[in-house]
Order: sequence, then structure tokens, then C-alpha cells
Amino acid sequence: MTLHGRALKTLAGPNRRTVVQGIFGLGAAALATPSLTACGAGAASDPNMVTFGSNGGDATPKKAYAAVTSAFEKDSKLTVKTNTVDHDTFQKSISTYLQGTPDDVFTWFAGYRMQYFAKKGLASPIDDVWATIGAGFSDAAKQLSKGEDGKYYFVPLYNYPWAVFYRKSVFKQHGYQIPANWSQFTALAKQMQKDGLSPIASGYGGGDSWSILGTFDYLNLRANGYDFHMSLMRGQAPWTDRRVVGTIDLWRELAPYLQSGGGGRSWQDAAQSLLDKKSGMAVIGLFLGQQITDDSLRSDVDFFPFPEIDPTYGQDAVEAPTDGFMLSRSPKNPDGAHKFLEFLGSAKAESIYMSVDPSNVAVNSAAGTGSYNALQKKSAELIAGAKYITQFGDRDSDPGFISTVVEPGFTEWLNHPDDGSSLLRTIESQRSRFFTA
Amino acid sequence: MSSVRTAPRASSRAHPRPRRLGPGDRLFLTVVVGIPLLALLVFVWLPALASIGLSFTSWDGLTLSDLHWVGLENYRQIFTDYPPFWPAVTHNVIWLLFTALLPTPFGVFLAYQLDRKIRFTRVYQTAIFIPMVLSLAVVGLIWDIIYNPDYGLLNGVISTVSSGHPIDWLGDPNLNLWAVLVASGWRHTGYIMILYLAGLKGFDPALKEAAALDGANGRQTFMKVVLPAMKPVNIIILVVTVMESLRAFDIVYVLGGGTGSKPGMELLSLLISDNITGESSHIGYGSALAVILLLVSLAAIGTFLFQTFRKEDQ
Repeated sequence: MTLHGRALKTLAGPNRRTVVQGIFGLGAAALATPSLTACGAGAASDPNMVTFGSNGGDATPKKAYAAVTSAFEKDSKLTVKTNTVDHDTFQKSISTYLQGTPDDVFTWFAGYRMQYFAKKGLASPIDDVWATIGAGFSDAAKQLSKGEDGKYYFVPLYNYPWAVFYRKSVFKQHGYQIPANWSQFTALAKQMQKDGLSPIASGYGGGDSWSILGTFDYLNLRANGYDFHMSLMRGQAPWTDRRVVGTIDLWRELAPYLQSGGGGRSWQDAAQSLLDKKSGMAVIGLFLGQQITDDSLRSDVDFFPFPEIDPTYGQDAVEAPTDGFMLSRSPKNPDGAHKFLEFLGSAKAESIYMSVDPSNVAVNSAAGTGSYNALQKKSAELIAGAKYITQFGDRDSDPGFISTVVEPGFTEWLNHPDDGSSLLRTIESQRSRFFTA
Repeated sequence: MSSVRTAPRASSRAHPRPRRLGPGDRLFLTVVVGIPLLALLVFVWLPALASIGLSFTSWDGLTLSDLHWVGLENYRQIFTDYPPFWPAVTHNVIWLLFTALLPTPFGVFLAYQLDRKIRFTRVYQTAIFIPMVLSLAVVGLIWDIIYNPDYGLLNGVISTVSSGHPIDWLGDPNLNLWAVLVASGWRHTGYIMILYLAGLKGFDPALKEAAALDGANGRQTFMKVVLPAMKPVNIIILVVTVMESLRAFDIVYVLGGGTGSKPGMELLSLLISDNITGESSHIGYGSALAVILLLVSLAAIGTFLFQTFRKEDQ
């Protein structure tokens, strides 16, 4: 500070005022800049342009979305201005994004998370779009796209199932059988441990704590059924319920078979350990395929549905998160945005997307399945055969509740799996904070 | 008495310079003082007061109609029924103690050694300061690679010496805080070193010579001569250390994967962002946490500065 002061004085000398004025001018300019840029963004409204906010920041989805938008541009003579943001950043800033000047159409998730923003009036209903595209979708998909008020708010693009993935060659080499129920599953895990494999790949370090929810969801769905699972997720059932205690007990049985050090490993590294034949199985989504770089390896990867626990429920539920699009609160180009959404809901758009990104399955039933690889075909069958489709822990529930209460609780518990009573008490103590409003 | 005596002197002196300011000068002064004042109000005081106000409400941050007045309810919940709160307070205290007791003295020590015109001192200075120059994303990446349980450097070194399970540095709630503290200390040391080195450059070597003539050894010279003479720098370093510890956020956020508080690594600053950012935000709750952090910071810095300047006044 003193140094600066001194230097200024000697430098300024006779015309100190000009210097100060200059500094003042700079300061004013700096203050004025944010408002100027804000104006610039607001002015850009062009009847031939639709803006599109995309969370497909990774290489594959980015390429796939680009293929879809350029096909739309060719068809409609409109231009699409895509604004791509990293997936996690997009999610974190979604509320501020939607309240500011969002793009006309933006990528989002089906389920509670979509309904939340629809309820808050941050998205526009698109019943007229569905009048055009409705025929291509199953009732389950239609249900997923509606808000609590019964209006459509969402155009699904693709979904992907969660299941237990394995390598065929590993199962063949050791003579493993696909487990159908819980006792076979745990017995298989035990055998894998004897054979020197990490039975279940585990990686929930860094920002990947969401990945453990897949196991919890399936355990709870299989043991307690869809209805209870959904009421638990929506905050209608207490977490201290003895049925949840039962789920935690099952998880505890599985804990010794989890790959050790999961708390510091990314899901990608966990998936890699499956591909490298160090782990025997992985409870993960079809996006595992994004880790596969060598196509000969792709045909060696297979999955089976999460095994049955309670015969009452069997394997009737499949966790299949659905991604798609929503229309923002006040789109700058409503007509163009409607056309774009209609195109996105068409079989053509979905086929184009799937041809670039093979780790998903199209939702539109008219989309071509010809280009599907074996895993995609099997995924489509699994989802089509499901009685109930769930979205995923953090999509069926309040995401804040899941990410700040449930996920930290689970990760801590996984380090020292016990009967879970203190874990569940902690979660329950926070439930009312998220679900009363 | 004194006022009587000084009054005539003042009046007799006030002759040559006109004390009146012209209208142009007044306008200029108003603008020059007014704009920063306005900026201060808008960017510092308004948000601070708004946070305090919001901390007594419950609000999802979306529509104003959802804003409800809840009084002290947020504070009651935080203190009695918010599991990560007390661990976060503990971790902030650990952070402060660790930083004040290890990296800070070590940085001072390095500065003192490097000031002695040893060979390659510039090279050492640069090397030690480099962590401070790197962006935090890079620092996070570096330590992420070191701590990785499968192919990390640290586990690689350990496994050559002894076999056993890989150590989960960032995942184990008993270890991860210390792992992050090492990473943070690595940065902090360089920072303190540069600050102290700058102070030492302005230190009068004659004092050291005099101490040597009086027969003081190296330790005595440092403790009895250098350290007291460096008081202004010492204050800056202590304030910097306290501030850095209380606002610690970035490196934990980066190493924690950007998910906010992870078990074992909860910090007050992270709890604030946990509640405010994200899809379902609890602005009121987060604001209450922010107010608590503000009070703690004010208490820590305020007490310290008050003590220091009171001593100086005497």
C-alpha cells in the first residue's frame, strides 16, 4: 500500500487530477460493464434462431447433439445457437440459469426434478408439441413427461438402464452363472473374492457419490417394492421405517464384497477395473459404455438385471433415468422453439442421436433400432419389459436432500457399515427441512 | 489549558491557503468519494445486510412469494439439529491450528534461511512459491493424482515398501481432512515465505551485526532482534493465516469433487454453498450459516487487531 501511494505521488506531480480522473474513469467503466453485457444478451432475439442450452459437455454427447441440431437446421431453415455447459456445472447452476435469461430449449431430466421447475413456473407447458409427437411414445414415457398439474413439460430423448454389468469372458473362465436371486448373488460375490477378484467394482470418490444410489435404489426396490421406494424418495415415508433398516441390512451384507478404497476412486476408474478384469461385477448404468474405447471389448460386456430379493416384487422395477428437453419460462422465439421440440421428439432426431452416442436407448418407439448394438437391444428390452420405471435416487427425490444429506450419510456409512441406525436417524432428522415446503 | 493556547496559534497560521473549495472541486470530490461509497454499499454492505435479513427467513430462492419469516428457527436448527455443523466447526478449528502451527512457521523459517544469500536462493524461492502461482484447479489435479488409491504416487511409493490394502486418502473420513491440509499447507508455506522474505529485505542488517557483536547466536538473533523488528509483517501473516483458515473452501471443493461437504471434510464455507447453490436451495438456511461464519471471522480478526493496536497505542 505505502509503496503504491508513494509511486503515485511522485509520478503524478503536477497533473495529479488527470491521473485520478483516469482511475475514476476506469472504475466507472468496470462498474458499468456487467450491465452492458446483460443488455447485449437481451437484445439478441432473431426470428430465425432458436437458442439451445445443452449439458452435453463431454465429447460424445456434444457430437451427438451437434448432429441433431444440424439435421434440424437443414429441415427447418432455422438456426440453432447451442450453448454447451459442463454437465455438473449445468446442474448446479440450473435455478439461477432458469431465472436469468435461459435459452429457449434446454436439456433436463424427467421425474421429480422436472416437476419441481414446472411447479415453480420456470418452464412452459408444451401440450401442443405433444399433440404432434405423442403417437411415438409409450404411456410410461408420457407419464414421465407430465408435471404435477397434468400438463406436458418435457420431451424425452433417451434413457439408459441401470443393471449389474460383467464381462462374459470372466464369467466363462471361472464358470460363473447369472444369479437370479439374492442368495445366488452373494454366493457368487463370495466365490469371486476367493478367485482373487474384487466382486463388485466401487468408485464414489470426488464428485461421484451419486453413483452409490444405484445400489441403494435397487436394494430398496427389490426388498420393499416400487410404491414404498417412491414414497420414501418423495419424503412421504420416514427413513427410520423398519423396511429401510432392512435395506441397509442387505447392503451391509454386500459391503465386504465391494472393491476397497471406493471413497477415493472415480466411477470411471471403478468401471475400468471391471473392463480390466480386476472386478467381477459393477452396479452401474449403460453409460459404462462411454468408458469402452475398443469395440471388440464392447461385445464382451454384458449385464443382468439386479437379482430378486423378495419374490413379491421380483424384478418388476427398472431404474432407467430419462434425459430430454424442456421449454424455458419465456422463450424468445416460441414458434421456433416449438418446432425444435417437435423435431427433438421425432423418431428421426432420436435415431440421429443414438447413432453417435451408443450408450443410450431411444425413448420414441418409432426410432430405428437397426443401428443398436447388442447392449442397446438388451437395454431396450429390459426397459420395455419393466412394470415400473424409476428415474434414479437424485431424480426421484429432492436433489438437495439427496446430495447434502443422503449421499454424505451413505458414503460415511460405507466406510464403517453398521446397522445404520444412526445413519437413518440423521437422514430422518433432515427430511422435514426439504419436504414440508 | 492546551486548547486556549493552541487556538490563537491556529488562527494566526491559517492565512495563505484558501480553505474554500470551488463548485467544480466539490462536484469532483462528491463523485470521487460517492462512486466508491456507492460501490461499497452495493457490493459489500447491501449483500451482508441482506444475508443477515435472509437468515431469519425460509426461502427457495425462486419466487418472492415463497419467502417466509421464520425468526430464529434456522439458527435453532443449525445448532441443535444439523449433523454436519459441529464437525464443520471442529474442522475449521483444526484447519486454523494446523495452518498456524506448521506451514506458517515453516514459511517464516524458509524465508529466514533464503534471506541469507545462500547459493541458488532465487531458484529455491521460485520453487517454493510456485504452488501459489498455480491455479487451484491445477493444484487439485496434482494432489488428486498423488492421492489416487489405484495409481496414485503416494500409494505407489508405500506399496513398494509394504504391501497391504491401498490407503484411501481422500475417501476415508479420518484421513481426508489431513490429506487436504497437507495440500493446503504446501501452498500456504510459499505464500508466507514470500511475504516474510519481502519484510526481511527491508530489514536493517546493522541490527543483526550489532546483535552478533553482542555475542548473540543465530537463534537469539532471530527471536530477540529480527522477530520483534518485523512486527508489521508478523501481523499481516497472522491475519492472513486466520483469514485463509476461516475461508478455506476452494481446495476442499476441488479435491472433494465439487460436491460440497463430504464426510470428514465438512467446513462452514462448504455448508453454506451446499445450502445455497444447487437445484433446491435453502437460501435462508445457508444465509444463517454465512452469518455464523461472519461472526466467527469478525470475532477472530477483531480481537486480534484490537489487541495489537491497543498495545501499540500504549
